[in-house]
Amino acid sequence: MGKTEDSGVQERPKWDNKAQYLLTCIGFAVGIGNVWRFPYLCQIYGGGAFLIPYLIALVFQGIPLLYLELAIGQRLRLGSIGVWNSISPLLGGVGIASMIVSFLVCIFYNTIMAWVLWYFFHSFQNPLPWSQCPINESLTGYDVECEKSTPVNYFWYRETLNITPDIAVSGSLQWWMVVCLASAWCVVFICFIKGIESMGKAVYVTATFPYLVLTIFLVRALTLPGATDGLLYLFTPDWNILMEPRVWLDAATQIFFSLSLAFGGLIAFSSYNPETNNCERDAVVVGVVNSATSLYASISVFSILGFKATTAFNTCRTENILALTNHFHISDQNITLENYDTWFEYLNTTYTEEVAGLQLRVCDLQRFLDQSASGTGLAFIAFTEAVLEMPGSQVWAVLFFVMLFSLGLSSMFGNLEGVLTPIKDLKLLPKWIPLEVVTGVTCLISFLISLIFTLGSGNYWVEVFNGYVGSVPLLIIAFFEIIGVIYVHGIKNFSEDIYFMTGSRPNIYWKACWMVISPLMLLVVFVAYVIVQAQDHPTYPAWDPSYELFPETEVRPYPDWVFAIIILLSSVPVLPIPLVALYRLICRRRTSSARAEPNPYILHSFKVTQNCI
Amino acid sequence: MLGKIFFLLCLSSAWAEDLCSKAVPPEAYYVRLSIKTALGDKAYVWNDNEMFLFQATLAFAMRSQFSGQEYNVSNIVVCDETPRVSFWFVVTSLEDPSRLVSRGDVEQAVRKSRNRINSAFLLTDQTLEFIGITPTLAAPVAPNTPPWLIVFGVVMGAVFAGILVLLVLPLIQKKRKKNQPMEDEDSDEETQVKTAENGPERSGVYNMSFSDDDKFTQM
Repeated sequence: MGKTEDSGVQERPKWDNKAQYLLTCIGFAVGIGNVWRFPYLCQIYGGGAFLIPYLIALVFQGIPLLYLELAIGQRLRLGSIGVWNSISPLLGGVGIASMIVSFLVCIFYNTIMAWVLWYFFHSFQNPLPWSQCPINESLTGYDVECEKSTPVNYFWYRETLNITPDIAVSGSLQWWMVVCLASAWCVVFICFIKGIESMGKAVYVTATFPYLVLTIFLVRALTLPGATDGLLYLFTPDWNILMEPRVWLDAATQIFFSLSLAFGGLIAFSSYNPETNNCERDAVVVGVVNSATSLYASISVFSILGFKATTAFNTCRTENILALTNHFHISDQNITLENYDTWFEYLNTTYTEEVAGLQLRVCDLQRFLDQSASGTGLAFIAFTEAVLEMPGSQVWAVLFFVMLFSLGLSSMFGNLEGVLTPIKDLKLLPKWIPLEVVTGVTCLISFLISLIFTLGSGNYWVEVFNGYVGSVPLLIIAFFEIIGVIYVHGIKNFSEDIYFMTGSRPNIYWKACWMVISPLMLLVVFVAYVIVQAQDHPTYPAWDPSYELFPETEVRPYPDWVFAIIILLSSVPVLPIPLVALYRLICRRRTSSARAEPNPYILHSFKVTQNCI
Repeated sequence: MLGKIFFLLCLSSAWAEDLCSKAVPPEAYYVRLSIKTALGDKAYVWNDNEMFLFQATLAFAMRSQFSGQEYNVSNIVVCDETPRVSFWFVVTSLEDPSRLVSRGDVEQAVRKSRNRINSAFLLTDQTLEFIGITPTLAAPVAPNTPPWLIVFGVVMGAVFAGILVLLVLPLIQKKRKKNQPMEDEDSDEETQVKTAENGPERSGVYNMSFSDDDKFTQM
């Protein structure tokens, strides 16, 4: 008998090589938010000046927390629930909270993936469907709703979402959205089928492809007119804006959410590492790459938006030129974009009333550049409009949506891992159930729950989840994480763990951050965030064709029952922390009171486990 | 005969000039051409010859619409030509030059032959405008299967094929491995026996039942 079985420790899956692990972490951290949230923040908070609070938050809050999570996962070699149970049974709730938040984020995040897939499927047509308004039934004109707004808006709100005017009006399930959502979940499932073995191979593509596309877009955009205007506008710093506290708050929250901390996914990923891996360097690499990607993405995005603004500006002036040419019977093409200003001066001074009567639009490039968009508004409205103006629109549209899909998919890996690893570690399910079945069932359950987002009011619900699940609970969990490791586990023990793993103790910078600066920053950010949110009753923009100022979105307050759901979403994930702590405390009291009388016939070394888990 | 025609022509041109000096009649249509916008470098210069072509084209349109009625260039009266290349025109009726053809009739004629009129001038609906006659919108091309479903089918087909392959392959490999260990163990025994043997060369048949069994027993 030559073969020996693997005795004792059941082998934990591990990464094929270091590159896979780093790419997975980077892919998890770098998500859609780097492309559609960071450039927007840069724009509204004074361009280049925003980088200062952003980098300060990265150095004092982001990277220390990242290092903490990677180190603790690698040392204890367990998922998020196992790790916190090991540190202290009272802290077991932190892991459960991470798991719940990961699950809730999984659900709505994949809906965004479904939207991206929908647009991707539609990018293979000529002309692109969002370039024209559809014609109404009598073939006499265009659809009214589309005429009032733009074809791009119409395609997003009506043909993609089929949105209802109000969050209270649910509408019905949109079958095309259900189909896209099912596809998105199938793609996630196939990447996850073999756990990190299949995921590790998928990240070679999903983590690197976005950089390729961003570079292509940047090179293309720089050859288009107006790109440099966009870049200048983005990076011109406005130092006064640093006085506003909102800027610092948004920088800190952006760093925190961008690095995907407190989801439990990072802990899970690093638990598959060999114990002697240098996690300090990994943390710095991941943090720096994430911020560099945000910056790089904003350069690409702003070149494209600069081009879009210039095109809109030229279209505006061309319309004015046509109006003037027609009214004053000037020969065709005598007024061009170049000499428009001189002609306008001349006509305005000579025929002032007539020119006033024409009601020409005021064309101001700054105003077009000022139109900022973030989130879905950037990806599905601003960008798709810009793509229409570029020659070869289909290619750019396909590239853009594949990039968004890769970005989101690599983040979904982390989210789903934060759910699956605790299930595996807790041994909740019997061993004979293979991993594929667990993954499949989790995907199926998530798909069924996320059908909510395919209703007519789905987009409003995604905004609710996005704003309240992925914010306050994460801050609380991160705070307890850092307190748990540094004060409950002890900074000395943790330093020893790191010495055991990497051969050197953490230096003064790390210690100072962990013990004082980061928890303080987290606390301040959390309090400030809650105060800012609580100041006014939360509102949402509703797309209502019957609104008098249509096509502007109407700002409506959330109804009370939605408000109650918001409160639930913010608090339920965090409830396990005190509940589990209480439960374990009560158990401990019970077991310690039972052992009050020492019995010489009972050997404590053969202590029988009590009922409490 | 010739004299009569000549007289009528003079009369109609005089009548036309008369018409142009008055206010714009309600039957008139305003036309605007944007030649340089449409053709760029290849733009032709607008002159009287082009105007003649316009009148001829419109007469053709009227003839196509009202078969039998032989409209002529002289029936199309053009006024107020500007450097913009815009003017208004009216169509005089065949029987009585002082009467004008109604707006509706002219519109029908223009709509019917719009394509031909545009092609005569190498222009489009947007660059040769008849103010008041909106171009009929082309019916949208609606393919039987929406293209997005085709792309969706391709992508999902690939994904499902991948899932099947990844799920079924390990099962097949497991089945193959189950058949293999039986053969492996037999060859193992023989090799063990052969290496254990040392001493003089074999003669006769070696009885395997007394080989080193104790090597296989486990504590």
